[in-house]
Amino acid sequence: MDFTVGNLGHLFVILSFVTAMVATFAYLKTTLATQPADEAHWKGLARSAFYVHGATIVGVVASLFFIIYNHRFEYQYAWSHSSRALPVHFMISCFWEGQEGSFLLWLFWNAVLGAILTRTAGSRWEGPLMTVFASVQVFLASMILGVAVGDLKIGSSPFMLLKEAMPDAPVFTMDPNFIPADGKGLNPLLQNYWMVIHPPTLFLGFALTLVPFAYCIAGLWQNKPIDWVRAAQPWMLVGAVVLGVGIMMGGYWAYETLNFGGYWNWDPVENAVFVPWLIMIAAIHMMLIAKRSSAGVKAAIILTVAQFLLILYSTFLARSGILGNASVHSFTDLGLSGQLLVYLLAFLVLAVGLMAAKWHLIVSDEKELSTYNKETWLLIGALVLCLAGFQIIFTTSFPVFNKIAEVFGKTANIAPPGDQVAHYNKFQIWFFSLIALLTGVGQYMWWRKIGKGNMDGLTAPAVLTLLASAAFIYFGDVKNPIFMVLLTTSMFALMANGAILLGIAQGNYRVSGGAVTHMGVALMLLGILFSSGYSKVVSINNSGLMISKNAEFTKDDNKGNKENVLLWLNQAERMGDYQMTYRGQRIEVRDMPGYQPRKAVTVIEGDYHGIAEQDLAYNGKVYHQKGDTVALYPENTYYEVEYRDQKGKVFSLYPRAQVNDRMGLLASPDIKRKAGRDLYTFVSSVPDPNAESRWEKTEKYSVAIRDTFFLNDYVAILDDVKKVDEVPGMTMKPNDIAVQASVRVLYKDHVVTLRPAFVVRDKAFASPPDISDEIGVRIQLAMIDPKTGLFTFNVNRTQRDYIVMKASEKPLINLLWIGTLVLVVGFTMSSVRRYRESGRMTEKDEVDLAKDRVVAAPKRKVPTYKNPAKTV
Amino acid sequence: MKLSHIIGIIVIAIAIGIVATATGDASTYVTFGKAMSLAKDGDADLVHVVGKVKKGADGKAEGILYQPQIDPNHFEFTLVDNENKVQRCVYNSPKPQDFDRSEQIVVIGAMQGDHFQAQKILLKCPSKYQDGKLDVTEHEAKTAKL
Repeated sequence: MDFTVGNLGHLFVILSFVTAMVATFAYLKTTLATQPADEAHWKGLARSAFYVHGATIVGVVASLFFIIYNHRFEYQYAWSHSSRALPVHFMISCFWEGQEGSFLLWLFWNAVLGAILTRTAGSRWEGPLMTVFASVQVFLASMILGVAVGDLKIGSSPFMLLKEAMPDAPVFTMDPNFIPADGKGLNPLLQNYWMVIHPPTLFLGFALTLVPFAYCIAGLWQNKPIDWVRAAQPWMLVGAVVLGVGIMMGGYWAYETLNFGGYWNWDPVENAVFVPWLIMIAAIHMMLIAKRSSAGVKAAIILTVAQFLLILYSTFLARSGILGNASVHSFTDLGLSGQLLVYLLAFLVLAVGLMAAKWHLIVSDEKELSTYNKETWLLIGALVLCLAGFQIIFTTSFPVFNKIAEVFGKTANIAPPGDQVAHYNKFQIWFFSLIALLTGVGQYMWWRKIGKGNMDGLTAPAVLTLLASAAFIYFGDVKNPIFMVLLTTSMFALMANGAILLGIAQGNYRVSGGAVTHMGVALMLLGILFSSGYSKVVSINNSGLMISKNAEFTKDDNKGNKENVLLWLNQAERMGDYQMTYRGQRIEVRDMPGYQPRKAVTVIEGDYHGIAEQDLAYNGKVYHQKGDTVALYPENTYYEVEYRDQKGKVFSLYPRAQVNDRMGLLASPDIKRKAGRDLYTFVSSVPDPNAESRWEKTEKYSVAIRDTFFLNDYVAILDDVKKVDEVPGMTMKPNDIAVQASVRVLYKDHVVTLRPAFVVRDKAFASPPDISDEIGVRIQLAMIDPKTGLFTFNVNRTQRDYIVMKASEKPLINLLWIGTLVLVVGFTMSSVRRYRESGRMTEKDEVDLAKDRVVAAPKRKVPTYKNPAKTV
Repeated sequence: MKLSHIIGIIVIAIAIGIVATATGDASTYVTFGKAMSLAKDGDADLVHVVGKVKKGADGKAEGILYQPQIDPNHFEFTLVDNENKVQRCVYNSPKPQDFDRSEQIVVIGAMQGDHFQAQKILLKCPSKYQDGKLDVTEHEAKTAKL
């Protein structure tokens, strides 16, 4: 076997670790250098080391992709996360299905950002900034190092061979050179286009939290506790937008792919990423007032450090296995939890120690906070964001508390709240109502539109808000008082920020980023309020059948447990505004649009190809002829549900169930998108699509033409028996004789015709059956008696095909997605503005620095820092 | 009093409120016996019980009842908890598809009369690929509501 690529990959991993260490050391020397010549020397070395580090990361990625792309299943990573059936665009997703690959992604983004910063940070910042950057890379690279020192395992390498990963597997004792023929495949939930872009976006967000953190540490280190803010600000804004978009992509993916009926589940892993985002937002606001207020500087420093440490904490929660029972998508422990904990604690101690040592440099304000200055309002806003984050992270950390108790020899068995949604919402609704209110008031304060004794500016938006909210409450039938509060405050945020946009910014895009972002938040809040608060279940079982008279069934107006309905094949049910009919199982052919009946293709066992049993067409165009071999997604079964609305408009939804060895049966919804509301449908139970149909004992019926008999309790009539030239599923030979019976079954509201045949070939005969999933019978024409004129049918009954499904409407969910886009636009506007400002300062800085060097002695003195706001 | 002090006091008060509420809302891992005595004392809080599906001598699961034809929203099953107590459980939602494969089950709910009424079921299924590691899936009886 040829292990070159794996060895090369591992070499790159080790090199990336070593170069990161060299870069850290060289940048440290650069920062500590007192002579310009020394500094230049070390900086040159440091940069080269960091660039080589970046190149080795690219090398690692390329090696790993080569292994996955070429189906090298002797490698554990390819075997665990890929398979031959996997399309190339999903091979990229293999990278983040495993832990090693996602660390790699993080490393990659950090290397890219670091390389950019060596060019843009300027000579004042590069040294200390990149020392922090490179040291983070040392830690991250160690996570995939895969080197054992004695019993201590450092990192888990993605280039491990399968036999190294599972040395005890019996197959390797029998054949040490065993290579699996196929991999286990990618988790089907990740085979979704959002999962191709969601993780890279999220990890870019993770990487971006490091930039402001590194600037902040650099600032404290260099005794410039305020100057770093200007440089860090645009990065923090970009980080917030990228991380925010990453989170929302995850939510959108969950909405499209998972069947819990929403975009947010308060899952610990989701929470652990959402909290740092909230803290980032708070930090951004504190950066705005850092120059004017010492409280602002202090808060900006604490929050900038906190947002990075919280990202590390979220990584620890997701990857240490500590969440175990509590989260659906935590990784299993790779034995790295100790390493992660060291990583987290190292940066915590470092950052806190540095803050403690340099805190005295921040000079306190003489002026006391007052209700009429904008700093106060921004500070309150940041505090509310922090409290919201605190509430979420506290409950999310329950498993950690249990673990800590365990370490101290006690047993704690705290479990997450039984009703998590209620638990989080009882605080979050109020916090976000307050935040919405503050975005409006804060903007007016910021632009000095209101002040002592002058609240006029706010009157117009307030009046408009009350009118609009009243209209929504009246027409939208909003009865819950808490929802009214959130509705009114969000509406106010929209109106007040809209007024700012029109009035003050007057279309000046440079300064209106804040107002636009806040309007995005308001729209998102409205979207969340209506889509979640007023989600209406359509599939209420109103068949009129009383299932039971037990109190548990009848309480809650008989509705509590009727949200799922059973639909028999081809039998319409009326529910809410729709008539729904289950039309059968469908399968997706890879190279053509639409869906085909499951029976139109016979899947080749153990392969992802199948044989077409009939011509495969979509919208009249034939894509494959009968007998063609076609590529499929055989693990996916789609269940066509036909909807007919009150106006008689008909459309179909195709919720999916996926059979997967690893995860059992997974259901994904299908969504009908309309401007005002989404119709969301998923199957909650189906007969196992892989189970062979179980046929009951054969029943025999001997009947004459026009006779009536019973098929699975339905009336059946033998209409006629005719000679035919073709029988489906059989190739006819010239001397064959074939007849086909026509059995009409009166099934509920319509007629089903079954056509079993009888074929005579060279004195032998065959009885190809006809099967109806609708009625649940298989019928064979077993015998024809010419004397009596009786036809004998063999009939087997089986379970009729059905689905149990749930459908609900999500009103105004589009406001959430539109709001997200508006938020992105607003953040981008702000980032561009702040980046320009910071760029101008860096240029000025460079010029000053150059002058310093020419005029004064190169020795740097440590100034007692004075707040520039006071000297001005 | 200075404004900053007032703000500080309010923030601390809210933080204490958050911790207190979280402690109050926290559920606990208990056995069916404990769940029963809690329910008898009129404590309707939701608890977590860890158990296994009851299996007969032939290794097949016993006491699983799901008849979608009659009621798609009624699923009954029998669990054995860590103290080997056998308990009938009712879940008013369709049967989770991978229920039969699960090794360990966590039910979240409360005792109601003679049965345990589950609001949520967490299934831990044996992962085919990672020996000794369990995958967790989550099922909830009701729609997530704001």
